[in-house]
Amino acid sequence: MNTNEHEFAVPHFGQPIDRFVATISGEVYAAVHSASAIKSDKRAQLLAADYADPLKLRALAGQIKQHTLDHLDRYLPQAVASLERNGARVHCAADGEEARRIIGDLLQQRGAKTVVKSKSMATEEIHLNDYLATRGIESVETDLGEFILQIDGDTPSHIVTPVVHKNRRQIAQSFERHGLGAYNDEPETITRRARRFMRDRFLRADAGLTGANFLVAESGRLVLVTNEGNSRFSLSAPRLHIALVGIEKIVPADRDLGVFLNLLVRSATGQQFTAYTEFISGPRADGRPSGAEELHVVLLDNGRTDILGAEYREILRCIRCGACMNICPVYRQASGHAYRAVYPGPVGAVLTPLLAGEHFAQFADLPKACSVCGACGDACPVNIALPDLLLRLRDRAKRAHAALSARGTPPMGGFAAVATHPPLWRAALTASRLANRLPLDWLPVPPLRAWTRRRTLPEFRGGAFRQWFKQRGQQ
Amino acid sequence: MIVPADRATGKKVQLMATCLCDAFFDDVAKATVQVLEYLGCEVEFPEGQTCCGQPAFNAGDWSAARRMVRHAARQFTGSGPVVLPSGSCAAMLFHGASLAFEHEPDFATVSDLAGRTWEVLDFIVSGLGVKTWEGTCAKKIAFHSSCHLRGTGTPAAARQLLGSLRGLELVGHAEPEQCCGFGGTFSVAFPHVSANMGLLKLQNIRAAEPDLLVAADMSCLMHLRGLAEKQGHPLPVRHAIQVLRDALVAERKIHHE
Repeated sequence: MNTNEHEFAVPHFGQPIDRFVATISGEVYAAVHSASAIKSDKRAQLLAADYADPLKLRALAGQIKQHTLDHLDRYLPQAVASLERNGARVHCAADGEEARRIIGDLLQQRGAKTVVKSKSMATEEIHLNDYLATRGIESVETDLGEFILQIDGDTPSHIVTPVVHKNRRQIAQSFERHGLGAYNDEPETITRRARRFMRDRFLRADAGLTGANFLVAESGRLVLVTNEGNSRFSLSAPRLHIALVGIEKIVPADRDLGVFLNLLVRSATGQQFTAYTEFISGPRADGRPSGAEELHVVLLDNGRTDILGAEYREILRCIRCGACMNICPVYRQASGHAYRAVYPGPVGAVLTPLLAGEHFAQFADLPKACSVCGACGDACPVNIALPDLLLRLRDRAKRAHAALSARGTPPMGGFAAVATHPPLWRAALTASRLANRLPLDWLPVPPLRAWTRRRTLPEFRGGAFRQWFKQRGQQ
Repeated sequence: MIVPADRATGKKVQLMATCLCDAFFDDVAKATVQVLEYLGCEVEFPEGQTCCGQPAFNAGDWSAARRMVRHAARQFTGSGPVVLPSGSCAAMLFHGASLAFEHEPDFATVSDLAGRTWEVLDFIVSGLGVKTWEGTCAKKIAFHSSCHLRGTGTPAAARQLLGSLRGLELVGHAEPEQCCGFGGTFSVAFPHVSANMGLLKLQNIRAAEPDLLVAADMSCLMHLRGLAEKQGHPLPVRHAIQVLRDALVAERKIHHE
């Protein structure tokens, strides 16, 4: 897997995410924390207001997705057949490199110089923009957040709100640096200026690039959920539309969209519906007056079938709403860039090491960056047991002797040895009282120092309860 | 969270004190015994007990965790309820252990223990059918619903029992679903993230101006009180079972030992 080019380097000591948090700016923290808290609250309030039993709905959504994954051998060929019946051309890409080449070739064969792109995590995953630049093709991000990142040479820190780590002052400064007008941090002005810049690109674009939120196997419909209308421009102005779609985006039938659209939008942004929901049934044709003249769908595997075959399959249910990261207390402290990959937060901590395949060990620390609080599991609209998957990955990392995962965690073998020998345990309890007389803050024991730098320890009273219980029994 | 249905109940109870109460918080284990006995239970304390295995389980060392869970299962034999003054250790036994033993030949032994395991407040309300608690506690209390209580009966039980005390005011706080930052070995492997999470929690709790912070897990309270003390602004903390016991003592229903 390609990792994020702009990632921070793995430090020589300490857990990478912890080191990242130690140096995070107050501005980034404030922006990420408040946006996350607001989105989480809106999600919970809206789900509670709109449904008598939101848990039932998410259980259903989880079942539908799981069913689709369990029978992907049937639904994937069905989706391909439906797309082709609708007049789309379908390409299958085993990995990011193949997907990049397919898209690059399609564009070059048609002499495309400029493409307009709507927000897509799949294209981030395969680092499409950088690749297209090497083939002399300008790819313009048209989602406002992605556009800001593109002019800054930055990368998304969130899968739904990619620029959540910046505040409007920083964005206004970026616009000024990029020659988009004198400093002005009013959101309306920023938006107007971006729109003016983009309109020109929309008009001269040779192709539109999108992802898809869902691909319906039965009807061959691609569904795009956006708020800014840029995807509609990306689809309607150019003659060529290329959609890059992960194979896990498939749902069986149109009727399932009722479940997923309602859950996705509420979970992602706390809205009942986004401003734009596109249903793409094929290229322009008789009786289908809108859309591009040519539609190509690139189905992306890139490690997904490997996940499908193993015990982590349910992570592929993910509909990329971001609710798990919004509610995650670690993500709220760390921001998305701390995760060194395209997908941050709890879902990223599961997906990234898995998608890394043979490079699992390089990302084995991510599942450890979690207090196992379980909030992500409660928030997930497709009922993925994220905490369980994170715990399973810790076990896997331990068995694989992944050094990055072990950093900072005291070894448990000795503790287990004492805890399985009651006389030793009782002796240790009594001995622990001696610790009250030691200057614990100064002892060069790394876990102890890690604790006592920011917290005090309670008084050791090892065995006191046992003594009390025994004495009253004798009375 | 996998909470077994139809857990064993009854008045012959085995107490799992938990390693934190064994090492630091003896009064919490004591209060658990006093409250259970007041409710007519006969409390047994198996001497060979140590730890539920959660530190190793969360650290990713499932082989060590299984050794500890097996040890616990050997100490707590029989068919009656096993009661703990900790939602987190209880969750380890009924949820964590079920993951760690998924492919193990002795899965049945572990699920048998899971089917008898109760967090003490949940046990009082759902196991023994106690609905209210008599007594007075003229305090403003912030209740931290610790993370491993998700999906269990404890948060409702705690609110029901504490809420029925005369004079007690339960105050809410911002971001209630957010973790205290402890997370076992997480707190030392990720000291900055962990402390920042805890300080945010403290800030939210302090904004509600409680007299006392109460929870059903000493691990969270150990973390939060440790942070507060290091800041130089100690925060009084108490396990919910201590609050219930103190009310009984104040009413002279039991003697303080």
